[in-house]
Amino acid sequence: MGVNKLKIAILSGKGGTGKTLVSVNLAAVCNDSTYIDCDVEEPNGHIFFKPVIEDKSDIKVLIPVCDDAKCTGCRACVEFCNFNALAHVNGSLMIFEDICHSCGGCKLVCPENAITEKEKTIGKIEIGKSNETNVISGIMNTGEESGVPIIDELLNRDFIDTYNYFIDCPPGSSCTVMESIKDADYCILVTEPTVMGLHDFKMVYELVSLFKKPHSVILNKCTIEYNPAKQFCLDENINILMEIPYDSELALLNSQGKIVARESRKFNEMFSILLETVLKEVHK
Amino acid sequence: MIVAMPVEGKTMSASINKSFGRTQYFLVYNTETQQKTFLANEAANAQGGAGIQASQFIVDQHTNALLIPMIGKNAADVLKGAGVELYMTSGCSISGNITAFLDGKLESLTQIHAGFHNHGGK
Repeated sequence: MGVNKLKIAILSGKGGTGKTLVSVNLAAVCNDSTYIDCDVEEPNGHIFFKPVIEDKSDIKVLIPVCDDAKCTGCRACVEFCNFNALAHVNGSLMIFEDICHSCGGCKLVCPENAITEKEKTIGKIEIGKSNETNVISGIMNTGEESGVPIIDELLNRDFIDTYNYFIDCPPGSSCTVMESIKDADYCILVTEPTVMGLHDFKMVYELVSLFKKPHSVILNKCTIEYNPAKQFCLDENINILMEIPYDSELALLNSQGKIVARESRKFNEMFSILLETVLKEVHK
Repeated sequence: MIVAMPVEGKTMSASINKSFGRTQYFLVYNTETQQKTFLANEAANAQGGAGIQASQFIVDQHTNALLIPMIGKNAADVLKGAGVELYMTSGCSISGNITAFLDGKLESLTQIHAGFHNHGGK
């Protein structure tokens, strides 16, 4: 993705707090925008956008192949592999493709040049359009170890040329999330008023702070009850963009796979205001 | 012959460990010399692929038979590839299982589970 673009990443730590709700609806109310689903293990943005797919491409990684005739059984590769994807038994090298992270280290450390690499498809990317919004989804094949190569491709290849990008991150705070926010200009943390939501929110808050990313919070599913996440934001002086109410109409539309900003004037206004607030924050 | 098993401690009174890849120790027993050696399992804290690393270690001890309550697919592939025979433990006593094995009372382990992967994250 080139320069002079605005990349906004939406993350939460805990799943089900409203990452996709926020990213889908922000992308839907924003002009000149692309929604990118980086939750490659279980992408669901397409359920809402129902995009017309215009292009697809397979994502491949390189995994080692050993030439037994050249291998002397020195095990330099077995000892090097941090993921334990290799074992040397009975005079030959066993390669566990599902565990390999495609780092290429085994090939580099082999003193006999016995290791070459072959391509393996781990997933695909689908590029489509839903009304005026561009939709790009990364889909990892079941059983694959890491979605990082797919996310890397999603964010670094210029599939679509728009100004605004909304990056729907995977849950958690591991490598896939780091890859998703790495080049983001701004991070939106979505949280909910639960103890678990707050716990995981603290993890992603720590992550975006570590990455020195400017960030704000959206408090989702707010009721009149005590909100531990809000209290944390107030205590830590974290900017709150919006409090989305716990609203049965919104929940119903969302559960039917509808984009609330496209279905109702009320929610369209809500997300338009949110977008305006976000853009003001970004350009501060 | 060499018989190995995952154990919870470095004494004969310790129990058989339910986990193979993440066990703290292995007992390696030489049936001819009756020598018993407790070895720390370096794979116990591996980020991933603990079963594979532990299997490599067991193979490297020239193990002929491994006594375990259960085992994952990747580990079993390495062990079988090296010709290590797998037997299912009965109860958690170390000496009880050695005796049962020597008496031919332990059954071959045929049920291989898919593995409990991603303990250490991705």
